[in-house]
Amino acid sequence: MTAANAVQTFIDTVDAAAASYMEACVHCGQCARACHFYETNNDPRLTPIYKIEPLIKTYKRHKAPFASLRRALGLVPAEITEDELNEWSELVYDTCTMCGRCTLVCPMGIDVAALVRKTREGFVAAGIVPEGLTGAAQRALDIGSPLGIKPETLRKIVDEQSQEVGIPIELDKVGADYLVVLSAMELLNFYEVIGALARIFKQAGVSWTISTEAYEATNIGIQMGDKEVARTLVGRIVDAAEKLKVKYVISPECGHAYTALKWEGPNLVGRPYDFKVVHILEFLDQLQREGKIRTKGKDTRRVTYHDPCQIVRRGGVVKQPRAILDTVSDGFVEMSHAGVANICCGGGGGVSSNPRAEDYRLRAFASKKKQIDDLGDIEALVTSCANCRNVIEEAIDEYGMELPVIGLVELLADYLEPESDAGEKAKLAEA
Amino acid sequence: MIIVEIIEGPLWYLAATVFVVGVLWRIIGILRLGRRTDLSVPRAAAIPGAVKALFRHLLPHHSFYNKTKLHLFAGYLFHIGLFVVLFFAAPHIAFLEERVLGFGWEAMPRWAFIVSAQAAFAGLILLWFRRIADPTMRQISDADDHVGSWLTFIAMLTGCLALQESNVSLRALHMLSVEIWLIYFPFSRLMHAFTFVLSRGYTGIIYGRRGVTP
Repeated sequence: MTAANAVQTFIDTVDAAAASYMEACVHCGQCARACHFYETNNDPRLTPIYKIEPLIKTYKRHKAPFASLRRALGLVPAEITEDELNEWSELVYDTCTMCGRCTLVCPMGIDVAALVRKTREGFVAAGIVPEGLTGAAQRALDIGSPLGIKPETLRKIVDEQSQEVGIPIELDKVGADYLVVLSAMELLNFYEVIGALARIFKQAGVSWTISTEAYEATNIGIQMGDKEVARTLVGRIVDAAEKLKVKYVISPECGHAYTALKWEGPNLVGRPYDFKVVHILEFLDQLQREGKIRTKGKDTRRVTYHDPCQIVRRGGVVKQPRAILDTVSDGFVEMSHAGVANICCGGGGGVSSNPRAEDYRLRAFASKKKQIDDLGDIEALVTSCANCRNVIEEAIDEYGMELPVIGLVELLADYLEPESDAGEKAKLAEA
Repeated sequence: MIIVEIIEGPLWYLAATVFVVGVLWRIIGILRLGRRTDLSVPRAAAIPGAVKALFRHLLPHHSFYNKTKLHLFAGYLFHIGLFVVLFFAAPHIAFLEERVLGFGWEAMPRWAFIVSAQAAFAGLILLWFRRIADPTMRQISDADDHVGSWLTFIAMLTGCLALQESNVSLRALHMLSVEIWLIYFPFSRLMHAFTFVLSRGYTGIIYGRRGVTP
């Protein structure tokens, strides 16, 4: 039954876009050269389009035009088996971050990452999912966080941050304009971002809150290919946002969270939202352009920026991080392939939640490392995805590099004009 | 010469019909699977994204020039050569005018035909050589890739043999090979000549809404 479940899900999940991708592929192999897993392992099995063979075989056997005719003539692939699915699990979950870089190089413009996602849906139906991901999904459903952050812990973190920056942060504030949701990794490792947001929003006069019922935007369902889990997790944020009557939900510095909330969320819950979703970088850029954020001084280190795939290549937030960086950094330099063609950190798409994939993840980082090394003396790396940040920090340790990794929001907050300066200016203006 | 008459008569009509009906069947078969309406709020319009993607993927992405130069070189050589030969060789224009379209256009000079045909041959041979020589290409290739390449090669080769148009049998041989190619086309990966519009288009639509064209 296991394989049969996967087959049925594969059949159900293929739409016209997925079919056109599978029909248009000419097996040119170019996608391999865009994949950091292929490049760092030199294994033909890691060619992106090959990773989705179970989906392609099922499509050809059951759903493609002429499938009946071909079946009658014995010209279709054999039905996929449980053994085959088990064999492919490594290709589908451990060696693809769904970063979508292969689409850039594909002459047919095939969105292989979308096909990997559909393939994962079949694997979920078959129950063949790495334990790291199923465990994270269970924690997200039971506790509200894939990393196990409970509401009490959230309250403690927010209270701490509030005291640290000396700004009250009101949780569950009905009627606030903006609802901030955070990524699991931010709450676990980089919670200073809460204080940074408090300082920025205070200066900009933004009315905001955090919900104790839906505080995490990380969506493990999107990563593992489980629509039900994805729907439940997005649904929590939608319910909280509507309960608090906010006008906007701010998607955090997290790649897949943005995909989940902004692009897939309404389709998962089956209706448009009553609020708007804005990415934190878009919002900060907008506040800057409106003159609501005032900075003083600039970071003089030679820094570069790592583009999170889901925010940039698959999310369209490309110029905003650069505009923000330009206001706070004097030494910002771009990597090769910066922007839409960036190289993934190696840990997106659930790979970092999957201990089985650790060796692949660390090897894949070599592609990112080369980009950084090619720039020469880089003194800090800035990024805007907490998962990328964590993955890169781990890999940096593993590779024996010394490079601080900084969140963009925190960097911006570090260069906010101090309140005393603002007060002085106001006095001068009055005088 | 009843065989020649069959090849140039009924078999041509059969091949052309299978080609046209087969191509339409397959394209409609893909499109009828449909897509759910995207309920997310777009950042930009979808259709311009599709148009952009159609042209974006016509040209190689600068980030990958070095890693894919053999394939790019061979691919452009073959496709441009074949396109020029197919639509600008004098005998093809005459055939299309007489049997298909009812109108013709200026043919290219003979030297240009020779250059284009050689480019197409060189490109196709390079592409196929890469397919059998590179372990990654061997891993992802199947019988259809080879059959499609070889049928195309044979159609081109018989075309060159028939170039003088002095020998009826050679011309019929070219026509027969093209007819086999046309019949095989809708059931094979040769369909990429049409399906590229769909795949690039869907990516353009989906990501165009997000304000980016990957």
